[in-house]
Amino acid sequence: MCLRFPRLAAFLLPMLVCLPLMAASPLRVCADPDNLPFSNRAGAGFDDRIIALVAKDLHRELTFIWARPRRGFLREQFNKNACDVLLGVPVGLHGVAVTAPYYTSSYAFVTPARKGFRIASFSDEHLSGKRIGLQILEEDLSPPSLPLIRAGYTAQIIGFESFGSHEGDVVKAVADGRVGVAVVWGPVAGYFARQSPIPLTVSPVPTAYKFAGVPFTYGIGFGVHKQDQSLLQQLNASIRRLQPQIDRVLAEFSVPTVGATEEPR
Amino acid sequence: MLSFTTSQTKTVHVRPRCWLAMLLIAPLLVSCRKATQTVQPPAGGGGQLRPYAGPLETDDGQWVRATKDYANTRYSSLDQINTGNVASLKVAWTFDTGVARGQEAAPIVANNTMYVVAPWPNTLFALDLTKPGAPLKWKFDPNPSPAAKGEACCDWVNRGAVFDAGKIFYNTLDGYTVAVDANTGKLVWRTRLADLSKGETITMAPTVVHGKVLVGDSGGEFGVRGWLAALDAGSGKLLWQAYNTGPDKDVLIGERFKPFYASDKGTDLGVKTWPPDAWRVGGGTVWGFVAYDPSTNLIYYGTANPGPWNADARPGDNKWTGGMWARDADSGQAVWFYQMSPHDLFDWDGVNEDILLDLPWQGATRKVLIRPDRNGYIYVIDRLTGQVLSATPYVYTTTTKGVDLNTGRLIHVDEKKPEVGKETVNICPMAPGSKDWQPSSFSPRTGLLYIPHENMCMDEQYNEANYIAGTPYIGATVRYYAGPGGNMGELMAWDPISGKKVWTIPDKYPTWSGTVATAGDLVFYGTLDGWFKAADARNGKILWQFKTGSGIIGQPVTYRGPDGKQYVAILSGVGGWPGSIVSANLDTRDDSAANGWGSALHDLKNATQPGGTLYVFALP
Repeated sequence: MCLRFPRLAAFLLPMLVCLPLMAASPLRVCADPDNLPFSNRAGAGFDDRIIALVAKDLHRELTFIWARPRRGFLREQFNKNACDVLLGVPVGLHGVAVTAPYYTSSYAFVTPARKGFRIASFSDEHLSGKRIGLQILEEDLSPPSLPLIRAGYTAQIIGFESFGSHEGDVVKAVADGRVGVAVVWGPVAGYFARQSPIPLTVSPVPTAYKFAGVPFTYGIGFGVHKQDQSLLQQLNASIRRLQPQIDRVLAEFSVPTVGATEEPR
Repeated sequence: MLSFTTSQTKTVHVRPRCWLAMLLIAPLLVSCRKATQTVQPPAGGGGQLRPYAGPLETDDGQWVRATKDYANTRYSSLDQINTGNVASLKVAWTFDTGVARGQEAAPIVANNTMYVVAPWPNTLFALDLTKPGAPLKWKFDPNPSPAAKGEACCDWVNRGAVFDAGKIFYNTLDGYTVAVDANTGKLVWRTRLADLSKGETITMAPTVVHGKVLVGDSGGEFGVRGWLAALDAGSGKLLWQAYNTGPDKDVLIGERFKPFYASDKGTDLGVKTWPPDAWRVGGGTVWGFVAYDPSTNLIYYGTANPGPWNADARPGDNKWTGGMWARDADSGQAVWFYQMSPHDLFDWDGVNEDILLDLPWQGATRKVLIRPDRNGYIYVIDRLTGQVLSATPYVYTTTTKGVDLNTGRLIHVDEKKPEVGKETVNICPMAPGSKDWQPSSFSPRTGLLYIPHENMCMDEQYNEANYIAGTPYIGATVRYYAGPGGNMGELMAWDPISGKKVWTIPDKYPTWSGTVATAGDLVFYGTLDGWFKAADARNGKILWQFKTGSGIIGQPVTYRGPDGKQYVAILSGVGGWPGSIVSANLDTRDDSAANGWGSALHDLKNATQPGGTLYVFALP
């Protein structure tokens, strides 16, 4: 038996048993089951597609844990080790380690193309008198509400529920004339504008624009547990390798991206 | 905070949050507790006991409204239980509301019956005080919408009912005021006042003046527009509604309006002190207690904080939020206004109680109101004119330097202004203020106010990226902790004439219960971990205490029973803003749970359990 080398055996045996298992241990990814264009249970979202590329690149099997990233999600699920990876988290999110961004996007003005104008800022005169659609995030309006309220457009703002099957409602409202303009997070704007029966113009809020410190452009990466530095590094390396493929997926979903993502190439 | 009528059906879910919310996870902030500029409260001692010579309402031994009398003294002339015998006080009977949520209501006693309102679903219980054990006479179920639980910021609380002319009036969390026959428990009328779909709820205890039921709204976190309404007590018909933002006609500002300070003078300031149209969702709700002075026929009450939370989006004084009104009790017309916290930066609602007293002041007797405000100052205000006679700090303060008595303005310390991209540490007092809604009491025998309050500071980090449904935004993370001395709460006896503390009883936890003062020279109050205590009104010595089943955040009352004996009653049931840690079972490993309380109350879940029991005490 191994008794002649008990210490060595104690070291080697688990290695022998564990190594193949480690290599095969699936990458557990928390994803929203019904939140296109980001993810859905069928794996049809761009985040699903991108993480599949990454898992393949890392030779890891992929397991989805379906969970909505609503209030309390991090402390109730992620921090209790429900999964290894979070999709689509903004750089700077506290409590988790975030990879380098695999894309950077901005909130964008969505208007009907036939009107022939493109809104470039929150002081644009085209906003005057128009009903302005915004996403409701939890019970609060998304960040564009702040410059809009400051600029005197409070009475024109209409909030839209933005979960699940309602995700695209704020963009559809531009197409059917319920609002004159919407200010929407880029990936949502691009994806639903492309599907619109009438052509819509998607015009990003200028990258450098901030309202009292609140940015409108965010880098988006994967989130991992803070102590999981090796996974963080693997994911970063994988993003670097796969950036052209990632960009093709994003283009397929008409996600308007800004320059920052191109730098890591 | 903002919420708009959506063009889609809005999914309503439980969100136990109170203020900036939008918090998913808290960073571990290393706080620098070194303050650069601070305002120290007057040191303990120095205040005097001086018997009060002013008029007081006659006490009939009942407790018909939450505040006891119209002057909000919460003073009972009963003295059967006193400093000499309180040590032998025992439980006489108990009653379970069946709702293990925050119990903030004052039990109401009228015609040998006790009326208790439970948190949502807001069942009203009538208990027969003439029979042993006070059996249930009837109960009334208003069937409030379950959606209300999701809209309420801070647990499912209700602050109680009011008895007037044979009817019990109270509010339901989903925005109705109901009138119930006090004898039969049958519904008399029901009027919808608040719009749940806009995030409005009602939590306050109404009061009745001249046959008018006065009710205000809650929900300032969600971008509602605050108001106080008067309903006809007989029919429930809306008689007037005074908004706290918008044009003068909505605010009921007319010819009688004579504010003391220049910054409150002008036309339509409820519009002009906001960006265009922002007043429509400007907050300024009314969820505290209303005082009434029969000698002037004026009502007095405060208005909550403005919205949205990001103050940069609403430059201006944001009238008429963070301030207080004097209005004609019959017409609702404004008489004066004073703004304690113009352009609020810290969520300092101005809803705290006003106690109406006639005090000797620099050689004359002045009709004043005393307001221990959330912003850290105790105001003595001439209640005829709105002139601030004094504004004295009563807690450790780093955020402001004082109140300019010439202009009435609160003077801010610029470096404590929260800004995106910045971590601001050692903000004292914190967002819930130096004192939240928990009501004070006054004893004419000592001339002292008994003020339950917090001693807490906060760090606020405004650079957090957050996300929901894949969509990023900026939130803030706040973390509360004890101020100097390490005690998070205290009961303080305050001499309003000298503006000095006389004594304090520190407590580990924030003191979130109301108080009652009696002619037996006792002050009753409770602690967040469930102790119900009687302190000597003269020196603050604890003479009796009893451990109830759950934390206390309610309003104690005392009354004379049909048997001639004096009773003291308190609802025990932890909850409310800090106590929702326990009642909603929040994870205290998250410092920002209950919007910042998580850091301060890590161990509260070990100290107490959810509950909902009325305790009634008497001498054996």
